[in-house]
Amino acid sequence: MLKDTLIQVDYRFKDVPGVRSGLSDVSYLADDGIAGIVYLADRLAKPVLIEGPAGTGKTQLAKSVAEMSGARLIRLQCYEGLDESKALYEWNYKKQLLRIQAENETRDWSEIEDDLFSEDFLLSRPLLEAIRAEEPVVLLVDEVDRVEIETEALLLEILSEYQVSIPELGTVVGNQVPLVFLTSNGTRELSEALKRRCLYLYIDYPDLERERQIINAKIPGMDENLADQIARIVRSIRQLDLKKHPSVSETLDWAKTLLLLGIEKIDADVATETVNVLLKYRSDIEKATKEFADNPDSIEETEEEGAA
Amino acid sequence: MSATSELNKSTYAEGQDSPLLELLNGFIVELRLAGLPVSLTESLDAMEAVSHIPIEDRDAFKYALGATLVKNYSHWKSFEVVFEVYFSIRGTEYEIKENELENLTDDELDEIKYQQGEAPSGGGSMSGLSPEELQEMLFRALLNGDQAMLRLLARQSVIRYAGMEPGRPVGGTYYLYRTLRNLDLDSMLDRLMAQSREQALSDLTQLEERLEQDEYKNRIEELKKQIESEIRRSLVADRGVEAMARTLRKPLPEDVDFMHASREEMANLRRSLYPLTRKLAARLARRRKYGRRGPLDFRKTIRHSLSYGGVPAEPKFKHPRPSKPEIMVVADISGSVAAFARFTLHLLYAISSQFSKVRSFVFIDGLDEVTRFLEGVEDIGEAVHRVNTEADVVWVDGHSDYGHAFSVFWEKYGKDIGPKTTVLILGDARNNYHASQSWILKDAHHKARKLYWLNPEPRAYWDTGDSILGEYATYCDGAYEVRNLRQLEAFIEKLV
Repeated sequence: MLKDTLIQVDYRFKDVPGVRSGLSDVSYLADDGIAGIVYLADRLAKPVLIEGPAGTGKTQLAKSVAEMSGARLIRLQCYEGLDESKALYEWNYKKQLLRIQAENETRDWSEIEDDLFSEDFLLSRPLLEAIRAEEPVVLLVDEVDRVEIETEALLLEILSEYQVSIPELGTVVGNQVPLVFLTSNGTRELSEALKRRCLYLYIDYPDLERERQIINAKIPGMDENLADQIARIVRSIRQLDLKKHPSVSETLDWAKTLLLLGIEKIDADVATETVNVLLKYRSDIEKATKEFADNPDSIEETEEEGAA
Repeated sequence: MSATSELNKSTYAEGQDSPLLELLNGFIVELRLAGLPVSLTESLDAMEAVSHIPIEDRDAFKYALGATLVKNYSHWKSFEVVFEVYFSIRGTEYEIKENELENLTDDELDEIKYQQGEAPSGGGSMSGLSPEELQEMLFRALLNGDQAMLRLLARQSVIRYAGMEPGRPVGGTYYLYRTLRNLDLDSMLDRLMAQSREQALSDLTQLEERLEQDEYKNRIEELKKQIESEIRRSLVADRGVEAMARTLRKPLPEDVDFMHASREEMANLRRSLYPLTRKLAARLARRRKYGRRGPLDFRKTIRHSLSYGGVPAEPKFKHPRPSKPEIMVVADISGSVAAFARFTLHLLYAISSQFSKVRSFVFIDGLDEVTRFLEGVEDIGEAVHRVNTEADVVWVDGHSDYGHAFSVFWEKYGKDIGPKTTVLILGDARNNYHASQSWILKDAHHKARKLYWLNPEPRAYWDTGDSILGEYATYCDGAYEVRNLRQLEAFIEKLV
């Protein structure tokens, strides 16, 4: 297989628990699925396609893996209209022009022409840079669902063969197999061809336990009880039928807000006042407030039951 | 399929024990039968992946297979079921639990008996428990969120209540129902809430109460899942893997029939609708951007020709005017398409949130415009409710009359159909033998940009009984069978 012809780096990770603890050292709390797939991506030398709701730490995973393995993170932010010259490589026209002018009289034209399309005049863009790098690299292709379906094809060669074909130069084979992460918010279906080449990882909202750990890990000085309460309220809010459910990053924002306000225990008033950190649509806020607000009837009800 | 297995064997047979390989082959075949698109390379990847992961680590094993074989999150559920059937009875985890059962129960049992004023019996296993004791243990396990205990109790309840008979061809749902009926989890929730109210130092505020309740509901949900998989495990042991997998096979979310979707399936469908309409919007927008070039821009060309000494070397073109698509959706919400109608309303809502110019109409035998209910409303539930209660769609008897509905449409709104309008009609064309008034569609077709008919009935039923789709379809740009998301998506692909 082709992967054998490349200079095979030693495996980066020893085992799945190793990945997990490594990630938690850089304060990314991975569950079994996440750690297992990162481990497999290394073993199988395959890219990982990460999908899931916004703000669940898809991009952060790539960053954390880079930090944990001490690799350089090369990031390609995708957008509509991204093309080869931004993603793969570009010829340095200005330099080529200067070259022609400088050598104009001294040398034969055909020689210059050969020279013009050599690596000296090649500008590496993120994808090419990632495979040509000498040092360990993590490549992050962010929000791949934003490019048009035709542009996706740009990625295919590099993702499966770790090489780039440049018409004027021939094929540039990489120095290494980088760890590649692609993220997608699922605004459109990615092509089968792309999916086939990747390992698929879906990162959903974390469960109660993990969310609590995330809050504690990310916000030092957080009271355990408060963190627990926050995680539980967020879980309840996520069960409501909302336009946009609170993401992990919004949970963290909320937790920070509460910490700054010096709140030790969340009651309905506090929740109502600060819920706009967590929810961003007016209708959602109204719905959540209605769910959690103390209304006089229910207090009486609980009192009666408490007395009984 | 046999070619696949041959290849798999020849590539990876060395260094691996073949039973696992055999099992994986069966597993992948079953995934394909369940409708998941597993390609040859993906199955090879799966084989390679499991060679890096020990099968004993069941979770890691599951994720390894999932990551290589399932590339669409909506298929994950189907995958999980097949995985459970194929690998559940093989997980070592369950043998360990078997011993745990003995160790744990002794202590727990004593404790409970002690509380009930009985002397610790010393020995005894769970099967010796009375129903009340079991209920009590369940209550305590739920209260404390004791996962291991809950798993044991799930198993015990299945043994006790499901009444499983070997070889009896009943689905798992039957046993599940029997078990749950005996456990009476609803009153359990009340008890749990009462208990936590008692334990609380002060009165619970509504917020706290709500959080407690969510927590217990969550644990009970968890217990139900345990029971369900416990039943599956015993069924697999009884009937064998393949038979079980066949019984459990369910359509993938995109193949679920709109007309017969269950409540849960409907919720899934709703969630999938938004990406679909975004896709529709994106496709229309792209056409606007990259569509044909506009006509020659004479002024611009002359202006640019100055830099070439007056020679118009580089012709300049006008940008095409961005067309703003206008969509008119006319939907049948009568009883015969009731299930579809619910879906239709959600589709209407999703479409109108993506496009600026959408007008929605619903009809049974009368017709009413419902754009005002759907636009600018942020809560879909409310919008649907208002359409159902406030729209004036009944004219005589509340049985669909396409002819009359169309004539109302034509009379009131016909003038608004222009060359930029796309008209979508959603319905089964079951006209109850009324006059068809198909001339309206003919005229509308002339005026509109496109006219499409989407029918939720299988194509084989068209034009049978009182369905007169054939007559209407002659005046449409196309009539499509749209019974599931896959077909809807195919239609959208065709549309733009």
